[in-house]
Amino acid sequence: MTNALEIEGLTKTYGSGFEALKGIDLHVAQGDFFALLGPNGAGKSTTLGIVCSLVTKSGGKVKVFGYDIDTHLSDAKLHLGVVPQEFNFNQFEKVFDIVTIQAGYYGIPLKKAAVSAEKYLKKLGLWDKRNAPARMLSGGMKRRLMIARALVHEPKLLILDEPTAGVDIELRRSMWSFLEEMNRQGTTIILTTHYLEEAEALCRNIAIIDHGRIVRNTSKRELLQQLSLETFLLDAETTLERAPELDGFSCRLDGEGVLEVDVHKGQVLNDVFIQLEAQGIKVVSMRTKANRLEELFIRMVEQNEPAEEAVMEGGK
Amino acid sequence: MNANALFTAYTTIVLREIRRFTRIWAQTLLPPAVTMTLYFIIFGNLIGSRIGDMGGFDYMAFIVPGLIMMAVITSSYSNVVSSFFSMKFQRSVEELLVSPVPNWVILAGYVTGGMARGLGIGLIVTLLSLAFTRLEIHNLPMVVVTVFLTSALFAVGGFINALLATKFDDVSIVPTFVLTPLTYLGGVFYSIDLLPEFWQGVSMVNPILYMVNGFRFGILGVSDVNPFVSLGMILAFIAVLTFIALKLLARGKGIRH
Repeated sequence: MTNALEIEGLTKTYGSGFEALKGIDLHVAQGDFFALLGPNGAGKSTTLGIVCSLVTKSGGKVKVFGYDIDTHLSDAKLHLGVVPQEFNFNQFEKVFDIVTIQAGYYGIPLKKAAVSAEKYLKKLGLWDKRNAPARMLSGGMKRRLMIARALVHEPKLLILDEPTAGVDIELRRSMWSFLEEMNRQGTTIILTTHYLEEAEALCRNIAIIDHGRIVRNTSKRELLQQLSLETFLLDAETTLERAPELDGFSCRLDGEGVLEVDVHKGQVLNDVFIQLEAQGIKVVSMRTKANRLEELFIRMVEQNEPAEEAVMEGGK
Repeated sequence: MNANALFTAYTTIVLREIRRFTRIWAQTLLPPAVTMTLYFIIFGNLIGSRIGDMGGFDYMAFIVPGLIMMAVITSSYSNVVSSFFSMKFQRSVEELLVSPVPNWVILAGYVTGGMARGLGIGLIVTLLSLAFTRLEIHNLPMVVVTVFLTSALFAVGGFINALLATKFDDVSIVPTFVLTPLTYLGGVFYSIDLLPEFWQGVSMVNPILYMVNGFRFGILGVSDVNPFVSLGMILAFIAVLTFIALKLLARGKGIRH
């Protein structure tokens, strides 16, 4: 089956001489929910910008559902829906017009566009605001408007560049459910995000990009299996004066009296509870110290130092 | 995209442009109407009555075609340059860039939008002029063709300006320092026969002179230059500027990183 997205040897050097991409290879299968992760300035937005033809590539090949953007750009674009990182609609236009005008650019007549616009504005909770100028919407509504606009022509590949940035938790969760539903219905989704819990919750495959190179491209499951150590935070029933001695485990108290225990791959968490029980310490609640994916991400990016160079895609 | 889809995309751009300038009519339609009325009153009525004939017509009748053309030129140009540049500024131009609309449809849509405003203003100014003078059309096809082509030419010019502009100052530089002087020196208010021979020669390299005179020929039947040379010049300029605009679009100048 043709991949939804195929990128081979993609390079980009900006006019300032900044080498944003140094030869990216990436394949995203049809129906996938794919995350492209990386620190600021790593090349995520440049990569997606090239796919959406907002950025001109310096070299390499990009195909969207088999359509090469060098030779069949129009066909490639018909399959793409794009939700950019920054608001990029006319703030003075009405919500409904923004969505139907976008459909018009895809050659969809107004009557048909209006039906599709209604469907997505309703699904995204914006139907009541359809006659409001876009500038009157809240930040979360503006993000949802960009999703509705990207979907109005029913693309097979939806690209979202940090879709939930600055969105409150409740709204973020509802956007996750919406995207999961779209993916279940067959839309291939690629997203970049700084919320690694988002990638962990939604995506099946993950690529990590840093300094313009892919440093990891694998399934989420395989990536998480590489996690050799997790730190758990345990709240004891009574305040602990000092950290208990636990055979085989490293543990310490944080500044607020919460017990931090490192559990290596292969160790059994039950052993921690058995030893604590033996010392008369009762645990009332437990959580992981950091998001698992976040720990891996930080480790991989640190291995790919120097971090101080990963600043920004300056001069682009 | 098939022909129907291309037509839908084109009309989407055109209708959006028309909606934009009619929504802000107080900024787009009213000012030229007020300015041109003042020209008619001051230059036509007050000063014109002391000037006497120009090119065989009373001064008011002589300047009306030039003033209509001036309004068409300025409005066609400024509609496209301000609309497209503000789309760049707000990044809403990305809506177009991610879509499959070909570059030539984008250009055609914006140029048609600019022409809609330019010709609309031309009509308003023409109606206003009727309050001051009688207009007898000498050659209607010449009037229509000249005004349409001139409007298209300056709409394409505005599009190129918008692509090249990086800040709001760049949007006003060409209208202020190029278009306005060329229009004033393009025979709107005088016949170039009044100029010394040297300045007559200099005037002949001003493209706006040909447009004003082509239009004046259509209305009054008099012109400082051959009206068919005027049409040829306008068509040649349209061809060159359209080629440049499409080249810049293909390179993504000012719109793609």
